[in-house]
Amino acid sequence: MGAIFKREMSGYFNSAIAYVVLAVYYFFSGMFFYLYCFYNNSASLSYVFANMFYIIMFIIPVLTMKTFSEEKRQKTDQALLTSPVSLIEIVMGKFLGAFCVYALCCAIFLVYGVVISFFAQPQWTVILCTLLGILLVGVAMIAINIFISSLTESMVVAAVIGMAVGLFIDTMGYLISLVPVDWLSAVLEKLNFLNYYTNFTYGILSIVDVMFYLSVTGLFIFFTVRVLERRRWS
Amino acid sequence: MIEVKNLTKRYGKLLALDDVSFTVDTGEVLGFLGPNGAGKSTTMNIITGYISSTSGTVTVDGSEILAQPKQTKQKIGYLPELPPLYADMTVRKYLEFMFDLKRVRLPKQAHVDEVMRLVGLEKHGKRLIKNLSKGYRQRVGFAQALLGNPPVIILDEPTVGLDPQQIIEIRKLIKSLGKKHTVIFSSHVLSEISATCDRIIIIAGGKIIADAKTDELSQVLAQEGQLLLTVDGSLADATAELQKIPGVLKVKRTGTQGQLSVEFKPGEDVRRAVFSAMARIDCPILEMKAGGDSLEELYLKLTAKAKGGKA
Repeated sequence: MGAIFKREMSGYFNSAIAYVVLAVYYFFSGMFFYLYCFYNNSASLSYVFANMFYIIMFIIPVLTMKTFSEEKRQKTDQALLTSPVSLIEIVMGKFLGAFCVYALCCAIFLVYGVVISFFAQPQWTVILCTLLGILLVGVAMIAINIFISSLTESMVVAAVIGMAVGLFIDTMGYLISLVPVDWLSAVLEKLNFLNYYTNFTYGILSIVDVMFYLSVTGLFIFFTVRVLERRRWS
Repeated sequence: MIEVKNLTKRYGKLLALDDVSFTVDTGEVLGFLGPNGAGKSTTMNIITGYISSTSGTVTVDGSEILAQPKQTKQKIGYLPELPPLYADMTVRKYLEFMFDLKRVRLPKQAHVDEVMRLVGLEKHGKRLIKNLSKGYRQRVGFAQALLGNPPVIILDEPTVGLDPQQIIEIRKLIKSLGKKHTVIFSSHVLSEISATCDRIIIIAGGKIIADAKTDELSQVLAQEGQLLLTVDGSLADATAELQKIPGVLKVKRTGTQGQLSVEFKPGEDVRRAVFSAMARIDCPILEMKAGGDSLEELYLKLTAKAKGGKA
């Protein structure tokens, strides 16, 4: 796992991917930060955090699009699958690589907190709680997108599908409100991905929310392992 | 060392391997020969655990690939048809990555150095893999398979796309590996296999159609009842003289430069008689070899037979 993680990191940082993703994330979060905090004279980062999903939706598919699709296309998966490592280690190595780049993106919020502290008293508990929330949302999105990447041989297809899924998740709340059957919309509401994020932005740390994102992550990592396993048998 | 038992692989309706069984002894160099699409790569991919068989088992040095995948994979170094290289890494970084991935427990730098020297990459450690030529990429793939000195080395068409100089080097390398390792390597070039291997398995249409020691195969050919001659002198005289030899059935001209093909009763050795007959009429033999186009012909015959059997 360690070797794969190291190779993923060097892959991100030896190519433009990590830098582009970091730059885009920093630029747009900085823009939101400026608009909501400076322009509106607010010391709360809540609105900034509330809008971050629009960025996550695009950058995570870009981070993960190559993970398995490119390995399959270049046949480098032969090296991984014939080495003495288990499938879960391969998936986890790639997952952790993408997560580290993403965490580096999110770390910028600590800087914003410090910037605020020059002008006002930042609510550190809320900031840290929301940061945890945004990390958890990202973790689940990374797992989903790695799974998508394992389904195709083309990284472009993986990225486009990943972004479509992101858009779907974003509009889920609206779509669910259109469902006329009460019990059905109530069930779907439980699956509404971003519902579980709102509490974090208020500074409320709920075990249900944390468990939701961790379950989604675990589920899609499991699916990815199954896809790789199935490929061997087909 | 390697035991393959009743291996069958289906891709949907296509039967890629049909009940293949063979064993390879420690220190043996086994050549895997067959036309394209015969099932060579499939067999190798199953032995190395890249894909799974539909039925049948593979045991490497006592451990089975499905029951103990990690242990078994650790014993095998594999160079697939397309070397699994990451284009964005340097040669050295890549080999270090593979070293870690294979969990090799040897001094890292020294071992990577040694493997690079073995395949002639010592001056190219800092080059990016994407900038390497095909031959050098193949060497990197080779180096990767050698990491950790695995007891079994499996090479899928290691000489494809190399220039003659490189092919000779790789063959030498395979031969030298055979001293310490068990080697299986595949090719569809027969001369290459007969020059490097102790034993040859010919596979066609997913079935083993021949399994013999290399010299045994040549002996089989020697008894096939055909000699190829190139003589210097009157072909008519030579033909007449050859036909007088007891056991010779037919003499045919096969070329314009004095080439003759002599058919004789299988099992009889007429080479001495041919030599003295030609000496008698002062018609020096420039070349004499057994069995038509040697192994090439046998190979074609066997694979054609296998195809005929299927249809």
